[in-house]
Amino acid sequence: MEKTRQEYIHDLAVVQDKVHQMGIMAQEAVKKSVKALLENDAELAKTVMKEDDAIDDMIIDIEDDCILLIAKQQPIAHDLRVIATGFKISTDIERIGDHAFDIARVATTGKAPLDDERKKLIRELADCSVEMVSKAMEAYRTADVRLADEVRHTDKAMDEIFNRTFYSLSHFISNSTYPPEEVTKLLFIARFLERIGDHAVNIAEWVVYLETAERIRSRKKGDSLDKAIG
Amino acid sequence: MKMNVENLNLFYGEHQALFDVGLEVPEHKVVALIGPSGCGKSTFLRTLNRMNDLIDGVRVEGEIQLDGEDIYAPETDLVQLRKRVGMVFQRPNPFPMSIYDNVAYGCRVHGLKDKKKLDEIVEKSLRGAALWDEVKDRLNASAMGMSGGQQQRLCIARVMAVEPEVVLMDEPCSALDPISTMKIEELVAEIKKDFTIVMVTHNMQQAARVSDFTAFFLNGKLIEHDKTDVIFTKPHDKKTEDYITGRFG
Repeated sequence: MEKTRQEYIHDLAVVQDKVHQMGIMAQEAVKKSVKALLENDAELAKTVMKEDDAIDDMIIDIEDDCILLIAKQQPIAHDLRVIATGFKISTDIERIGDHAFDIARVATTGKAPLDDERKKLIRELADCSVEMVSKAMEAYRTADVRLADEVRHTDKAMDEIFNRTFYSLSHFISNSTYPPEEVTKLLFIARFLERIGDHAVNIAEWVVYLETAERIRSRKKGDSLDKAIG
Repeated sequence: MKMNVENLNLFYGEHQALFDVGLEVPEHKVVALIGPSGCGKSTFLRTLNRMNDLIDGVRVEGEIQLDGEDIYAPETDLVQLRKRVGMVFQRPNPFPMSIYDNVAYGCRVHGLKDKKKLDEIVEKSLRGAALWDEVKDRLNASAMGMSGGQQQRLCIARVMAVEPEVVLMDEPCSALDPISTMKIEELVAEIKKDFTIVMVTHNMQQAARVSDFTAFFLNGKLIEHDKTDVIFTKPHDKKTEDYITGRFG
């Protein structure tokens, strides 16, 4: 059979490329914001904050592409899921970018109250969340449902690290010489990193939907925080 | 099931046009038949009221049941069959007579002469085809002066007048403008409470909008049939997905 609708097929591929590229940008932003925090690099933190504008611009660009494709091409079946997940995944990525921005903002305010033990925990959380985002975006790029499923199951490990970090920082607030309001900012950082992992899980669930049309019920949001705050 | 097709094979002389087709047509539902040109969907449609019998050299194997009775049985009365299973064609084909006479034609052929009764049927059918308000003041005008969309609704009214149980529609909107197309689609949604409808369409979005079930034909074979919601969101066969998304024409 003769192949048709080549331009439309190309436009769908462009949407997926842009979403993937946006994901890589947000992932890099998280890496750099945590590096800025742990190494007290205010300049790097400012760069991350500035670069967040590019991520915000990309979501508008992707949304415009998706709206135009709906209006002009009446996508159905897998094509429609490319569009629908384009909207949903880019929103999750934009939130990841926002969290990187927030971490960077803390990093610009001065020396973070971190000793080696706390640094190790934040690094552990950051490594886990960045890996989850990386795998989720790779699953999206390669239509790999198995890898997406792996990301969904990594979430438990993330919650475990978050709980350890939460208790450690709580203890640190009352037992260190740092001002409590400064240490509290680290609790927010831990929470941002844990939320980035949640967004990676969302992306992984959308990848499963994209490739199989099966909807996956999201776990109850805030599970890890519920455990931490009792 | 209103109609049930099993192991249907159809030959034009030596050439086989349909291969082992099986399809159920539920009562008061709209079934859309889709597929590329030459795939056999119109041929299949015409087997449902034996319109193919009019073509020389056609041979049909298998079974088609209407309310459980084989319509290809030797004792079948073709006039009665085509009264029960009416047909609307691709191009509106009003008879060169008045609007009134077009609608009354079928009833007169079946022997109805009572003017009062005919008046009632004509009004009811034209109302049913959403045409009454547009033509009630010119029922004696020639049908040939109507717009294409009006002519097609007149043809639907003409079919409805003989109170069929199943209405076959062979690309009923392909010669119509978008507004007339929408009117026909609304009409289909309205009349399915009284009739069972089988419709051939080349318009994917039309199939998605108006039908309850969709059947996809390719090279004389029924590739897949399912609820329309399933076909247009999650087709099982890659050939179906490629066709409905326009990957091949």
